[in-house]
Amino acid sequence: MLLDDFRSAAASLRTDGPGQIAAASSLDAWTEVRNALVGRTSGRLSDLMTALGTLPKEDRREAGQLANAVKQELEALLDARHTELSRGQQQGPAIDGTMPARATWQGSVHPVSLVIDEVVEIFRELGFTIALGPEAEHAWYNFGALNFPADHPAMDLHDTLYLNDDLVLRTHTSPVQVRTLQQYAPPIRILAPGNVYRRDFFDPSHAPMFSQIEGLVVDEGITFADLKATLTRFANRFFGETKTRFRPSYFPFTEPSAEMDVLCGVCKGSGCPVCKQSGWVEILGSGMVHPTVLENAGIDSEKYTGWAFGLGPARTAISRHAIPDIRILYDSDVRFLEQFAR
Amino acid sequence: MNVSHEWLQAFVPHALSAEQVRDLLTAHVATVEGFERLRADLAPFVVARVVESEKVPDTKLSFNKVDDGSGTLLEVVCGAPNVTVGAMYPFARSGTLMPAGFKIEKKKIRGFTSNGMLCSANELGLGEDQAGILELTTDAAPGTPLLTVLPLGDVRMVVDVLPNRPDLLSHLGVAREVSALTGVAMRSPLDALLPADAEGAVAGRGVALGAEARDARQASSGGATVRLEDAEGCPLYLGAVIRGIAVGPSPAWLRERVEAAGVRSISNVVDVTNYVLHGLGQPMHAFDLARLAEQTVVVRRARAGEKMVTLDGVERTLTTEMTMIADASQSIAVAGVMGGRDSEVTDATTDVLLEVAYFNPRRTRLTRRALGLSTDASYRFERGIDPQGGETALRVAVALLVAVAGGRVDGGMIAVGAAPSALPPVTLRPARVEAVLGAEVSGSEITGYLSGIGFGVAGARVGEGEGEGFGVAGAGVGEGELVVTPPSWRRDVTHEVDLIEDVARLHGYDRLPDTIEAYRPTTVPDHPLYLAGRRVRDALVATGLAEVRPIPFVKGDDASHWRVTNPLAEDEPHLRTSVLQSLVPRAEYNLTRMQGDVRIFEVGSVFLGKSSGTVDEVVRVGVLIMGARAPRHFSDTASSTAIDAWDAKALAERVARAAYPGASIEIGVAEEPALWQVLVNGQIIGSVCRLTLDAPVWASGAFGIECTIGAMPLAPVAEPGTSAHAGARPAVASAAPPVRYQAIPTTPAAEFDLALLVPDGIPAGDVERVLRTSGGEMLERLSLFDEFRGAGVPDGMRSLAWRLTFRHPERTLRDKEIDGRRSQLLKSLENQLGVKPRSA
Repeated sequence: MLLDDFRSAAASLRTDGPGQIAAASSLDAWTEVRNALVGRTSGRLSDLMTALGTLPKEDRREAGQLANAVKQELEALLDARHTELSRGQQQGPAIDGTMPARATWQGSVHPVSLVIDEVVEIFRELGFTIALGPEAEHAWYNFGALNFPADHPAMDLHDTLYLNDDLVLRTHTSPVQVRTLQQYAPPIRILAPGNVYRRDFFDPSHAPMFSQIEGLVVDEGITFADLKATLTRFANRFFGETKTRFRPSYFPFTEPSAEMDVLCGVCKGSGCPVCKQSGWVEILGSGMVHPTVLENAGIDSEKYTGWAFGLGPARTAISRHAIPDIRILYDSDVRFLEQFAR
Repeated sequence: MNVSHEWLQAFVPHALSAEQVRDLLTAHVATVEGFERLRADLAPFVVARVVESEKVPDTKLSFNKVDDGSGTLLEVVCGAPNVTVGAMYPFARSGTLMPAGFKIEKKKIRGFTSNGMLCSANELGLGEDQAGILELTTDAAPGTPLLTVLPLGDVRMVVDVLPNRPDLLSHLGVAREVSALTGVAMRSPLDALLPADAEGAVAGRGVALGAEARDARQASSGGATVRLEDAEGCPLYLGAVIRGIAVGPSPAWLRERVEAAGVRSISNVVDVTNYVLHGLGQPMHAFDLARLAEQTVVVRRARAGEKMVTLDGVERTLTTEMTMIADASQSIAVAGVMGGRDSEVTDATTDVLLEVAYFNPRRTRLTRRALGLSTDASYRFERGIDPQGGETALRVAVALLVAVAGGRVDGGMIAVGAAPSALPPVTLRPARVEAVLGAEVSGSEITGYLSGIGFGVAGARVGEGEGEGFGVAGAGVGEGELVVTPPSWRRDVTHEVDLIEDVARLHGYDRLPDTIEAYRPTTVPDHPLYLAGRRVRDALVATGLAEVRPIPFVKGDDASHWRVTNPLAEDEPHLRTSVLQSLVPRAEYNLTRMQGDVRIFEVGSVFLGKSSGTVDEVVRVGVLIMGARAPRHFSDTASSTAIDAWDAKALAERVARAAYPGASIEIGVAEEPALWQVLVNGQIIGSVCRLTLDAPVWASGAFGIECTIGAMPLAPVAEPGTSAHAGARPAVASAAPPVRYQAIPTTPAAEFDLALLVPDGIPAGDVERVLRTSGGEMLERLSLFDEFRGAGVPDGMRSLAWRLTFRHPERTLRDKEIDGRRSQLLKSLENQLGVKPRSA
């Protein structure tokens, strides 16, 4: 072959190539075009390269540069066309959008913790911080410091699990009141969530361990009016617009003591089986901190007053999620837990 | 405490409905948690109007059309002579169960269909009047429940009496409160308990006790003797003898009263004792005098090893800690708890000794607990009855007994011992009332509230120097202060604040103001373990794990686990020493329910230190993971892969980072059986292990992670009565150091791979360390991407391949530099570890 023939073959390839590439309407067609143009064994470019070897030595350099230039032009066009065709394929109807997404496992927070979190959040708005205390506790912190008379029927309300004569599994979170009062000077505004223990066998509404949330406010000038207002505000934030009712009650460590009810969420106060026709549902126990408790913690009960409350988040969790048996909270069936995924 | 509405009205003739009483008690006294109409059998009855009535010839019957509110007139045949068109009557629809026990059914009478029954008082169980059907005077619409129109029958309220108010454990006590709240005066106990129209009422009221026989140790009257040998266990014992009674069933009025209180009627004598207990709060006992050896009662401690059969037929073993009622030879009753079978009143009894005593609350409580036997009597004695109430109770009981069982009093009241002394007066400052309640309650209001429920209130000072402590009278009574003497039945009142509570509740909690006071910020920082626990929880939930809250009781061993001395279950008497001890059974629970994808965790306490003798409570996070690494997707090419040790290792690091932000974290190789140990700033805080579960064959391997978050010290903060405030404000939870910005690289990276033949026994970590130290400052990343054994790799070796990324912060690295680094690394590896490249 002569150099001129080589030139014209290269020129025709340069002329035909782009059109054929542009005409390739599918990836399969593109592959055919590519093989025809620049395929290693049978393409026109490969023919050209073979021909290169037959040229006189002095012409080979120029011909080689020409072949290379054509190759680069065609490959660039082929790449661009391939990208276009591939993109078209991705956007096309080949994906069935009704098919499910790739999922990841969803974690979940225990429903009792969800209630605790919510209560904590509401009281944080009112300047409360979080205090904790041990679950294995000295009897003095659990009872004596909280004004429980020894061998008194008040103890019957706290069927206690003992570790030895001095140590109990705390029957309520109230010992955290005394620990906090001993450690920090007023003003005190704390919330103390935690596990407590009673010698109650598992049944649909009892468990030997459950959680409680304690609240404590101690400062100068704290009154029952403050207790009522703060807890009513909490009730309205937690349950939505509601009404509260305070009833006389008894806890050795508060006086006056009061149970707080809110309007029954089911009947809104008109009476139904859920609230035993009373229209009200008991939410928490509360009261003014007994002066003896303050004195037991080394705090001047004439100068300082305070109020405290305790509520059981499991009860709230059970009623808000309509859980029929408290044991479900402890079973840890993953099909139960994943209902609270988020 | 069961309270009968009618019975309460016998004490306080108020005009409130039972519902109003319920609401009043709940708001001011104690919660009424049960409310039961004793004529609930009348609930299905409605009121109905007779619209048309037509006599059926030659019979007493009438054929009527009745409007029962259902919308269609019902045809009803009636046999009563007094059917009046337009009048309202009680109506039983067909299907209604009548008090007599039969059901009203639709039937044909003389060609007429009858769809129910118009009822007479007798048919409703409301009396003897059989003159005809009961005409009602009411404006209520037809169909209204009969009980709404005619509050028939008594109501039993269950009052939740809390341990500080034993005075409410009787109708008398509840009536006192109702009287104070309504302003309606109380009637005397005898008037309240013995209806004037009852048969025998006149005889009962006419009873007079003879001359009193009183002594500190022993007294006799009416042929009976009482000797007090245990004055601590029984400060006061009262008795009276009645002879010639006839034991038999109680009259209807007495039976109804005791049954309204929820007590089964037994006989007139027993019913009287129960009636007085529920009426006045004074437990009492009737002994068959003839069955008492030497007609003598001895109050003494039980003898060691003594046994007695109680009324319930159970033989009880007694201890010397128990106070007994004995006759001259043996115990006949457990004082304050239960009588004995051998001195029980029987049908043959004619002479009785009535016992009214004040037993020591604490002793009664210990005895009751030791015997595991709680009765209406022990319940009241251990809470404390009115020590001054015995005489009245005895006199009322005698009158009642004579009224319902006949007989005559023999002698006078026997009184041995003395009631506990009255409580000292308490000073009440109206200013303190305001300081506690946040509302001003005037001195006269306070006086009104307290005197209304039996307190003595005076404005005078009492003698200086008596008593001490806050609120106790004598510590200097000031201007405007009140000196309040509690009544004998309110032995709970010892502090000023006790009176403030009475004032608050009688005033009405709901009448007190509610205002949020301006508040000062708390001095208490958030507990660091709360914050750390939340961070860990959030991290694990974000990773797809579920929080659980199981109980911490386990089957452990006494050597390493704290044992609950009175455990709920003997097979799980110990407290856990690791959270995983609680999580493993939860995973197994799920496996038995065919749930193999278990990813659970708990942040909770474990209880260590058994060997040291001091509880060492530590808050930990435990994690258990098993099952598929991710939910299966249809596009996945390989079948789903199970969670493996590498997932557990990653999770351990994640947990540690969340718990200890900013600290240096290392997951180091651990000794068997653990896989790894978790180190924070060089300290071991946890481990990762493979768990052995009781698992079915299809379950995949389970892994556990347990890390300490922090200690929860048990040590007291300060001595009782003191604080540790001075300088005791601990540092706020240490925050993680802030992240320091690192410049984003602008120069290109150079990468190459190293495939190395690593002899077994040389851990990858050693190779990495050499690569890092020899890689120089410009080694930006080192990532192991392949492990291979097999063809081309000699036995006893594995091929490990790393990709190394180098970057110079300011310029592009030259090929020569990279090649130089590469040969230097290979040289170091060969020199230090004898590791060679795979290709060479």
